[in-house]
Amino acid sequence: MELNDIIKPENLVYGKPRLMNDNPMHYCPGCSHGVVHKLIAEVVDEMGMEDKTIGISPVGCAVFAYNYIDIDWIEAAHGRAPAIATAVKRLNPSKMVFTYQGDGDLAAIGTAETIHAANRGENIVIIFINNAIYGMTGGQMAPTTLEGMKTSTCPYGRNVELNGFPLKISNLLAQLEGTCLVTRQSVQTPAAVRKAKKALRLAFENSMNKKGTSVVEFVSTCSSGWKMSPEKANKWMEENMFPFYPLGDLKNV
Amino acid sequence: MADEIKLMKGNEAIAHAAIRYGVDGYFGYPITPQSEILETLMAEMPWEKTGMVVLQAESEVAAINMVYGGASTGKRVMTSSSSPGVSLKQEGISYLAGAELPCLIVNVMRGGPGLGTIQPSQADYFQTVKGGGHGDYRLITLAPSSVQEMANFVGLGFELAFKYRNPAIILADGIIGQMMEKVTLPPFHPRRTEEEVRAECPWAAQGKISSRSKNVITSLELDPAIMEENNIRFQKKYKLISENEVRYEEYRCEDADYLLVAFGSSARICQKTVENARAEGIKVGLLRPITLWPFPSAAIAKYVGQVKGILSVELNAGQMVEDVRLAVACQVKVEHFGRLGGIVFTPDEVLQALKTKLL
Repeated sequence: MELNDIIKPENLVYGKPRLMNDNPMHYCPGCSHGVVHKLIAEVVDEMGMEDKTIGISPVGCAVFAYNYIDIDWIEAAHGRAPAIATAVKRLNPSKMVFTYQGDGDLAAIGTAETIHAANRGENIVIIFINNAIYGMTGGQMAPTTLEGMKTSTCPYGRNVELNGFPLKISNLLAQLEGTCLVTRQSVQTPAAVRKAKKALRLAFENSMNKKGTSVVEFVSTCSSGWKMSPEKANKWMEENMFPFYPLGDLKNV
Repeated sequence: MADEIKLMKGNEAIAHAAIRYGVDGYFGYPITPQSEILETLMAEMPWEKTGMVVLQAESEVAAINMVYGGASTGKRVMTSSSSPGVSLKQEGISYLAGAELPCLIVNVMRGGPGLGTIQPSQADYFQTVKGGGHGDYRLITLAPSSVQEMANFVGLGFELAFKYRNPAIILADGIIGQMMEKVTLPPFHPRRTEEEVRAECPWAAQGKISSRSKNVITSLELDPAIMEENNIRFQKKYKLISENEVRYEEYRCEDADYLLVAFGSSARICQKTVENARAEGIKVGLLRPITLWPFPSAAIAKYVGQVKGILSVELNAGQMVEDVRLAVACQVKVEHFGRLGGIVFTPDEVLQALKTKLL
């Protein structure tokens, strides 16, 4: 095929989602956030829900998620996104409502809000980026930091006697009657991205079908916080994160 | 139809007024002495009548953030609590002020600090009018002194909150919350339709329609130059509120030689003090601030030159007295009288204090 044919619109096989704007992202090279943002933008657009979707952004690296996806957004206080989403959805039942939260936001400071929103079976989607570290504040220990993993606040590695154990919060959420979907995904390969997008679509559909709370955890990398190249971070994630946080559906009813 | 007069507690009046005013959502957590608000709403089941959402949250922190969420979509939403619970809400209140979100908060004060007591107090004056949460912000503060005002201030609070895109708070206390009085409930207003909410709140996160760019509700701005501009805008708004929304009531002040300044339940007690003092030949008047912020400074300053002394009467160790002193700029003697920790003064105790401190 000639170049002039290749660039014809009918031959396009990939493009930037319509709802993603041109703002330069503040995320580091290799970070999983950008890919997950892209998936949200694609799914919302494909569902035709642009005018009905309200996103709740967290405190953490994704605090500026609202700069990149052109839908209405509410920026939450640290950890409070599920409480905010609860009211947004209950007061606006025809809207599609999701939170976007990191591990510190969702599983440390916001544990109560997360568990109770899920236990009430709020018809919302909780998107959970688990990279086992606090990215925005410069690489401190997260509730999901693995045993032995080094961060700036556990510089000799997480010691469970001192810091407790890494929290498998999705397993906990899967126990609750209010959740209908709790799934662990990743976005480090094209195949994983395709699978993750399906899970995300199902989660959003569940919320509109009033099935209860859907939680999509993305086991993610933080190459800056982990002090690794993006390539090495992906490998490290597969070798160390996946055994402790195995991918797949924890619950899908 | 004739006005419906009912006998009820101040807390119950708030709940009924909320339903009648067309409030969209209430989010609360039980705490004495204000749990009747949530209890009454749950018993009334307004979701079946008006579609109002009522939810018992897992904490005061969650409740105020539910208010933040509802307000972000332009809905009329409220929460209520008492002193220790309101302390927990301060984070959310600061965010609401920073994101310029209208809402109504109710604090039925009890004695503190800490877990304190469930008995009435006015010791959260500083917390409410001077800050409470972080940052330079103000809350429109209404201080009811009757069950009727508990009912009336629900509508007034929302009206002011939406007019200025700013949180409003009803600062009541355990007496006003718990005592029963006759009350004429406000007439029924239907809740606003989706279209009316969009028209009234074009800034709200309601889903991005093609005719506008996205709406983002946030208090965050990392560029200090823009953040300063935001703060200057807030201050301009607060100035506008101060110029236009001061409310107060005067009782027998025209010929007064001495002025009592008291709000809420203290003002009710001081009304009797005025009568008792006048029976003894001491000409005392009462000025009752209805808005604690904005504070009726100019109204108090008018009495410089007329009165020989002012007594600020509060159920605390001396909080509003600072604003009274600022109002008169040391041109007249201002003293404070209060009881603490849930003890309520009698009218004669107040009169005795007036004699001791000012006569």
